[in-house]
Amino acid sequence: MSLAAAIRTGEVAELPSRRDEDWRWTDLRGLLRAVPPASPPGDAAALAVGPFAVLAEDEVVFLNGRRLMGLDALTIEAGAPRVLALRFVSQAEGTAHHSDFALTLAPGAVLTLLESHESAGEAYVADSALDIRLGEGARLERIVLIDEAADAIAVDSAEVSLAPNAVFAQAVLTRGARRQRSQTRVRHPGGGARVRLDGLYLPAGARLADLTTEVLHQGVDGTTSQLTKGAVRGQARGVFQGRIVVEERADRTDARMGHHALILSERAEVDAKPELLIHADDVACAHGNTVGALDEEALFYAEQRGIPEAEARAMLTEAFLVEVVDRIEHAGARDVARAWVAEHLREEA
Amino acid sequence: MLNIQDLHVRVGETEIIKGLSLSVPAGEVHAIMGPNGAGKSTLSYALAGRPGYEVTGGSITLDGEDLTALEPNERAAKGVFLSFQYPLEIPGVPGLTFLRTALNAQRKARGEDEVAAPAFLKLIREKAAALKIDFEMLKRPLNVGFSGGEKKRMEILQMAVLSPRFLILDETDSGLDIDALRIVSEGVNAMRSSDRAMLVITHYQRLLDYIRPDKVHVLAAGRIVASGGPELAQELERSGYDQYASAA
Repeated sequence: MSLAAAIRTGEVAELPSRRDEDWRWTDLRGLLRAVPPASPPGDAAALAVGPFAVLAEDEVVFLNGRRLMGLDALTIEAGAPRVLALRFVSQAEGTAHHSDFALTLAPGAVLTLLESHESAGEAYVADSALDIRLGEGARLERIVLIDEAADAIAVDSAEVSLAPNAVFAQAVLTRGARRQRSQTRVRHPGGGARVRLDGLYLPAGARLADLTTEVLHQGVDGTTSQLTKGAVRGQARGVFQGRIVVEERADRTDARMGHHALILSERAEVDAKPELLIHADDVACAHGNTVGALDEEALFYAEQRGIPEAEARAMLTEAFLVEVVDRIEHAGARDVARAWVAEHLREEA
Repeated sequence: MLNIQDLHVRVGETEIIKGLSLSVPAGEVHAIMGPNGAGKSTLSYALAGRPGYEVTGGSITLDGEDLTALEPNERAAKGVFLSFQYPLEIPGVPGLTFLRTALNAQRKARGEDEVAAPAFLKLIREKAAALKIDFEMLKRPLNVGFSGGEKKRMEILQMAVLSPRFLILDETDSGLDIDALRIVSEGVNAMRSSDRAMLVITHYQRLLDYIRPDKVHVLAAGRIVASGGPELAQELERSGYDQYASAA
């Protein structure tokens, strides 16, 4: 069951529901009585500029599930580091669409992938699936900015497989939607391959933002470092599900997972499920999970110095979240991400 | 300058300040001394408007303007500055960012133009040098990992940059060695002027050797029970606070 299957078949029964353990906090079945009709092609001439426009050498654009030019697959060869923008734009009202894209990095290839999920519509249902393969020694940094409409339902899924000595680093930043999930599944071969899997969510209003990840450590000598931070306001909900599985033969795995969230209003909620499933003996694994409120004393201190309460809250929340942004390696993308966080924290809850 | 009339302050269900009256004219430095639990910190928080410190009676005015109805940041923009006994650590916010945000927020509230970055940096460099604060420290998150003395110097730096009209120093000497006490006191004394007033809250007389008050008040059980000149502080140092237990 998946949103993609529901869109393809039109069968509402295909939608994930709260009966599925992995979807119990992000129920889709209960939201939709029927699968909406397919989205029309969209107007390419009306496309706005993407959030990473000035940083990327090349751009791949999906509009309402259709790629504007070229094939739905791309291979990056070894050579000079490249920067690619990948945009999923929803220009739809009350309709549904699905996008598929496959990205392969040849051995030794180096790529920064600047992915954005953009909205130019409302009440749409958007699904995207990304297949990412990294060859031996390839390096990919994937930065994902999710900016969907408040009343949209959006799910994006990435399946990532790595060869030994590959490096996969990811940061997903989202402000959620009516229901929004970003899920990433990594097949980790060990063998010196390294994974960084970071996330940041800051939903306000009645939005829900869900970051779900799974890393399967399948060989010796693999590392995973994961840091997710969130701040929820209004009646919003944040969901974090992080699962790291260390399979039987995956000795000398080093896996660290951290999830830390701030609840900034009485009606906001955070649901977190960090899971470490370890079937090997010789591993170093740790996880930390905290959910709390802003320090009222620090807030008063800032106000006493003349900073209005709303700005003080935004400033302290930003300071809490920015640790995730600071781990982004691409300097230009880091600046875009920091500005994006600062802007959305200063919007009305 | 500052006028407090028959002030009553409650924290939770407990009345801590019980009818306190005090007047600090411009140009003067007044000390408030008192035993632990007398209400010294409550008074400073009530003046600054900390949530949870409820004024249930009386008035606080600054140059005739009522402060009790104002938010903490509005009081700050009017010129009230509270130097904290234990300055807070603000992870993730560099000292420079914090201070520039505070200064410009105050200026905006007063209808003044914001200070541009170059002018701000010039001001900060000058004031930091006077307080022997390494400029690099200001790029670090405010007060995080700083020693007690460094935190107090940061308080005085903020005071110097924000240039308030009414200063409240809450137990500023706590946790300071003699060298730090001297630097901090010099910083405070440099702020003394005819259009500014200060309230120095302290348990011990020691601080008053460095910051000489014009008047000394004794606070016990939520009221001012004695007032006098600097000699009153000397007398308290000799005879202790016990004599005021009955007056309270």
